[in-house]
Amino acid sequence: MGVEGKLGQLGVVTTTLEKMVNWGRTRAMWPMLFGLACCAIEMMSAQASNYDMSRFGMELMRASPRQSDLMIVAGRVSRKMAPVLRRLYDQMPDPKWVVAMGDCCSCGGVFNNYAIVPGVDEVVPVDVYVAGCPPRPEALIHGVLSLHEKIQAEKIRDWS
Amino acid sequence: MTGAERAGTVYMSEPEKELPVDELKHLVSERALTGETMVLNMGPQHPSTHGVLRLLLELDGEEVINCVPDIGFLHTGIEKNMESKTYMKALVMTDRMDYLNNLGNNLAYCLAVEKLVELDVPPRAQVARVILAELQRIASHLVWLGTHALDLAAMSLFLYCFREREIILDIFEMCSGARMMTTYIRPGGLWRDLPDGFEEAVRAFLKLMPGRIDDYEAMLDKNPLWLDRTQGIGVVSAEQALGWGLTGPALRGSGVALDFRKAQPYSGYELFDFDVPVGSRGDVYDRYKVRMEEMRQSLRIIEQALEALPAGPVRSNNRKFVPPPRSELGHSMEALIHHFKLWTEGFSAPKGAVYVAVESPRGELGCYLEGDGGPKPYRVHFRTPSFASMQVLPVMSKGHLVADLVAIIGSVDIVLGDADR
Repeated sequence: MGVEGKLGQLGVVTTTLEKMVNWGRTRAMWPMLFGLACCAIEMMSAQASNYDMSRFGMELMRASPRQSDLMIVAGRVSRKMAPVLRRLYDQMPDPKWVVAMGDCCSCGGVFNNYAIVPGVDEVVPVDVYVAGCPPRPEALIHGVLSLHEKIQAEKIRDWS
Repeated sequence: MTGAERAGTVYMSEPEKELPVDELKHLVSERALTGETMVLNMGPQHPSTHGVLRLLLELDGEEVINCVPDIGFLHTGIEKNMESKTYMKALVMTDRMDYLNNLGNNLAYCLAVEKLVELDVPPRAQVARVILAELQRIASHLVWLGTHALDLAAMSLFLYCFREREIILDIFEMCSGARMMTTYIRPGGLWRDLPDGFEEAVRAFLKLMPGRIDDYEAMLDKNPLWLDRTQGIGVVSAEQALGWGLTGPALRGSGVALDFRKAQPYSGYELFDFDVPVGSRGDVYDRYKVRMEEMRQSLRIIEQALEALPAGPVRSNNRKFVPPPRSELGHSMEALIHHFKLWTEGFSAPKGAVYVAVESPRGELGCYLEGDGGPKPYRVHFRTPSFASMQVLPVMSKGHLVADLVAIIGSVDIVLGDADR
């Protein structure tokens, strides 16, 4: 009750721990450097000069799953790749999130055959689906921002 | 439910079957069995394998004794899938094959279909195809240059290259509405006419690009680290390159001037004046030089093609194979019938097989198409350059360090979507 107003001049903000933790998680999210197919090129575009994902604290892509919080599944997942993908997911430390980028890994896309897993959600749990074949970099950024919104509403207990 | 719990409840794909060690023994030398050398797995998730390539490395310290590529992590079944689609609908699958050369794949497939059904292509479409294919070549080389330099720790070049690539993608978007999967080149011509402002946009690009290519070359050629890490690395002689079926810049880097745009001209390439750059030593540096020069030659072709771009229709008038323009559907019963027939049943191609090869940014991209008299292809097969170049990796990498292997993979310019399809 008016604490912020009185303490404002001292540069103090009061908030809940949960909000602060979630804020921290969204502001420095490290995606895994892991591309599968066409969408990986658009993911690279999103990282490059014109779209620049570092505006959202995501310029650091880690090649090791042990250092990353976010798996962007960029491209079609074949039956041979699916176990590898699952292993990578298991190697990521909690808290971790998955973005399914593109039609192929959301639902199979244009491929309806023996080789492609019809949706990566058969292998790992997906938080955000980004539509498009491939999605524009803007669409990927929108997907990531949607994930940030989702994380803001998470409870600390979800991951404890 | 938490993420971890959700992960526990979902369907797990089949567990990996462990291969018995005996089945792998023939891949490595005797020294590996005694533990003198180390067998190491590189990939499929590795930042420098340009996709999902897996390499089985046998190492003596840091020196590569042997390297066995394992592909198929991106096998998509595109060729089989195309058999269940009509000739026109199968076209969308070709875009997704080599995803840095979408229009080039369209072109190879369309040329094959046109050869099979003997369809003519109007001159305007021919020239437009050349412009688009060359723009695509530059875009592909830019991605190659950016990622290759990134692998060798020249980060800034990646940002510059993608800046220019966006200009090309904007031109594609202008034409077709899509940045990458354009499906703009169709059997019998193009999807629609080149839009207003296309020529201006390409001319602006032509004006901008030569200086930028010079900049990139200067950035790398004056960098002693770059020279150390590329010169004399991954040497493959002309005989070896031909013997292993290398094509494209990787072959030309070894000094063989084989370019399908010159050797078997298609789509009117014989009308344009351009050089085929070749290297002499066949190392990583020469392959880089060849690609840089190819970008300049592509600009030359585009410039000539823009001058030569005639007016006229962009689609064949043969209504048995090419859908009528939208404007006719409102008042012509015949056009409506053709439109309906073509988009539901498709056209039937005669019995027979054709093979067409085009020069993709990576080498010979061949399309083998077999018709059985029906509206769907009996067999489609692509001879893809990445698949052929992959097998030369062990030859190139023997005796080099693991860090050089990254440079070698980059210099061959492998696209796994192209190799596995």
